Amino acid sequence: MTPTIIAGAVASAVALAASGAAAATLDDVKSRGNLQCGVSSGVAGFSYTEADGSWAGFDVAVCRAVAAAIFGDAQAAQFTPTTGKTRFTALASGEIDMLARNTTWTFSRDVDLKFEFVGVNYYDGQGFMVPKALGVTSALELDGATVCIQTGTTTELNLADYFRANNMSYDPVPIETNAEAQQKYLANACDVYTTDASGLAATRSTFEAPTDHIILPEIISKEPLGPLVRHGDPEWGDIVRWTFNAMVIAEELGVTSANVAELAAGPTDNPEVNRLLGTEGEYGAMLGLEKDWAVKVISQVGNYGEVFDRYIGESTPVGLARGLNALYTKGGILYAAPFR
Amino acid sequence: MSGTHAHTVAFVADGKLPDLPPPPGASGAIGWIRENLFSGPLNTILTLASIAVVALALPGVLDWALFKSVWNASSLSECRSIIAESFGEGQGGACWAVIRERFDQLLYGFYPAELRWRPNVAFVLLIVAIAPILFDNVRALAVGAAAIVALKALAGAAGVVDGGVGGLFGATTVVLAAAGALAWFFGGGAHRRYWLMFSAAFPVIAYFLLWGGLGLEPVASSRFGGFLLTMIIGVTGIAASLPLGILLALGRQSKLIFIHAICVGFIEFIRGVPLITLLFVASTLLNYFMPPGTNFDLILRVLIMVTLFASAYMAEVIRGGLAALPKGQYEAADAMGLTYAQSMRLIVLPQALKISIPGIVNTFIGLFKDTTLVAVIGLLDPLGLTNPIRADSNWNGIVWELYGFIAFCFFLFCFGMSRYSMHLEGRLRAGERR
Repeated sequence: MTPTIIAGAVASAVALAASGAAAATLDDVKSRGNLQCGVSSGVAGFSYTEADGSWAGFDVAVCRAVAAAIFGDAQAAQFTPTTGKTRFTALASGEIDMLARNTTWTFSRDVDLKFEFVGVNYYDGQGFMVPKALGVTSALELDGATVCIQTGTTTELNLADYFRANNMSYDPVPIETNAEAQQKYLANACDVYTTDASGLAATRSTFEAPTDHIILPEIISKEPLGPLVRHGDPEWGDIVRWTFNAMVIAEELGVTSANVAELAAGPTDNPEVNRLLGTEGEYGAMLGLEKDWAVKVISQVGNYGEVFDRYIGESTPVGLARGLNALYTKGGILYAAPFR
Repeated sequence: MSGTHAHTVAFVADGKLPDLPPPPGASGAIGWIRENLFSGPLNTILTLASIAVVALALPGVLDWALFKSVWNASSLSECRSIIAESFGEGQGGACWAVIRERFDQLLYGFYPAELRWRPNVAFVLLIVAIAPILFDNVRALAVGAAAIVALKALAGAAGVVDGGVGGLFGATTVVLAAAGALAWFFGGGAHRRYWLMFSAAFPVIAYFLLWGGLGLEPVASSRFGGFLLTMIIGVTGIAASLPLGILLALGRQSKLIFIHAICVGFIEFIRGVPLITLLFVASTLLNYFMPPGTNFDLILRVLIMVTLFASAYMAEVIRGGLAALPKGQYEAADAMGLTYAQSMRLIVLPQALKISIPGIVNTFIGLFKDTTLVAVIGLLDPLGLTNPIRADSNWNGIVWELYGFIAFCFFLFCFGMSRYSMHLEGRLRAGERR
């Protein structure tokens, strides 16, 4: 057998497994009684365990929202911790129903790996962190700096591109993990640490004196992170996509976990709120869900803004500003298709 | 006679003089120190250097781990502020509060809290099952059980634990007390057969206790984690790899070409592949090759892979023991007219295994530590659990305390195994001491 044939055989086995497991995911999930959701095995603010053993975080909340939409119970989500290496096989093989694991939406993942990204729940990008004492305010002043960078990642390539494009030189300090980077950076082995901006913020939040370090305003790459499902069951993809969209639309319309019960009690003056909360039209039935599915999502998990503030917002130690992730009406690029 | 030389010699001893005490500084504490620590220039330098290192490091370590540590806090920043408040700004101390808060999680993973008595009972039964294999007499078990029950009663009386005495006496204590009582009355060598029968039945009992069934509420594999997972993988791997390894080692010596080829092929293949590769095969590749919808438990897959991996190494260790045995032993067994099975069971294996003990225990310890590799495929053993714990914004940035605690627990297990192996070697060497 030539390598091509072997690769072909594996690929077709993958396709077989994927298509077989994907049919009518909603029915499978309903008969199983819980949603199997793949999450990261630990990213500050995005997925972590509470003291009682339950999972929480910004990515975890997407899973909980989908569970609330289907079962009316956000606790009906079961979590499978996945690593960067196991996440895609777990999804392709049907071990999990959806993946919400700070995964960047790229062409090859979407097309070649046969997954469907249903939206972007966090617009991330590569940034730089420097000690305040360095007196640097822009990434363009970093000529000749030593940079701590994780090897074998896209951040490494982005960094090289950015410095070349701006005619600057740098001295790379290769590191393996975020924890190692943290130590190297604090020990002044490098002037700059670069990784995804959310990661920088989370890392900075763990320092003893976080205010001594600043994250530079330049973001040099696009890292749209979002939940994904496998190819082969568009109805299932719709459920995940519109559960997420419902959270964004709820923020747009000012529907929060505090006032959703009141707004859902009867038709309001705003028809879009009525459609979202099921007091007008039969939108739930079109998805194969209950009429008040979005009410369950918003009351148990919250709208997008609430979830953001609860886990990664400026009041949390992670302390991320909304930035790109603000609604399009507030200067961000968060824009959900209309609910009609 | 004594008078013979009386005129020529001034003094003749007429008996043995009592021994003089050794010169001062050659015996006792000082003597020991001179003998062992300052016996030569090189030794003296090494001793002084070691003392200097200990003197430099120890105060800092003790300060960090004990004197300036915090046990009661709900987040790392709270720890830091408590340390700054009580010991002054800029002082570093351990924040053991994270272990206190996450202790249950590190032990049981996501096992439902109300069912945690089941792993506890399984652990007690595990000790009961292992004791007769390790020792001839299991009476010591009764002492241990009594001590633990007494400690619990004391702790309950002193009100150290919330919930009073009642909360301390659950199923685990009952099982412990029962096992202790049985061990006290029937722990002698005469009843060892029955204890061993229990050991043989233990895997089945443990399976139902941990995963549920037979009227117990089922618990999904995804909820297993922490040291519970480490113990499941480690104990199963250790218990299953020894018999498999013996079979493989014997098969490798076999004159039947087919059996020989299979055993050699298996051993060499497994030894040529890293464990982590096998784990990836178990976790991801197998998913693709099995028909869709098959539910082949991930922990079971990992158990199989870990056992196969350890058994290949075990086979080579035992082969060493078999090879070290003089050929005369094999020939003598044949000359006695023993069948192959009899000669192996009665003559060859007891001697070969005795020779292999250090190697076998070495493999056990290696296997036990290798269980932490499952973190790479997303199973949350203690080391894997450090990630989600550190991702919690309360504990983000904590490193030494978590890893230090886990290292300490692993050290306890591995040190225990190593000491037992030395004890066993000593006991089995009785024949050679004559």
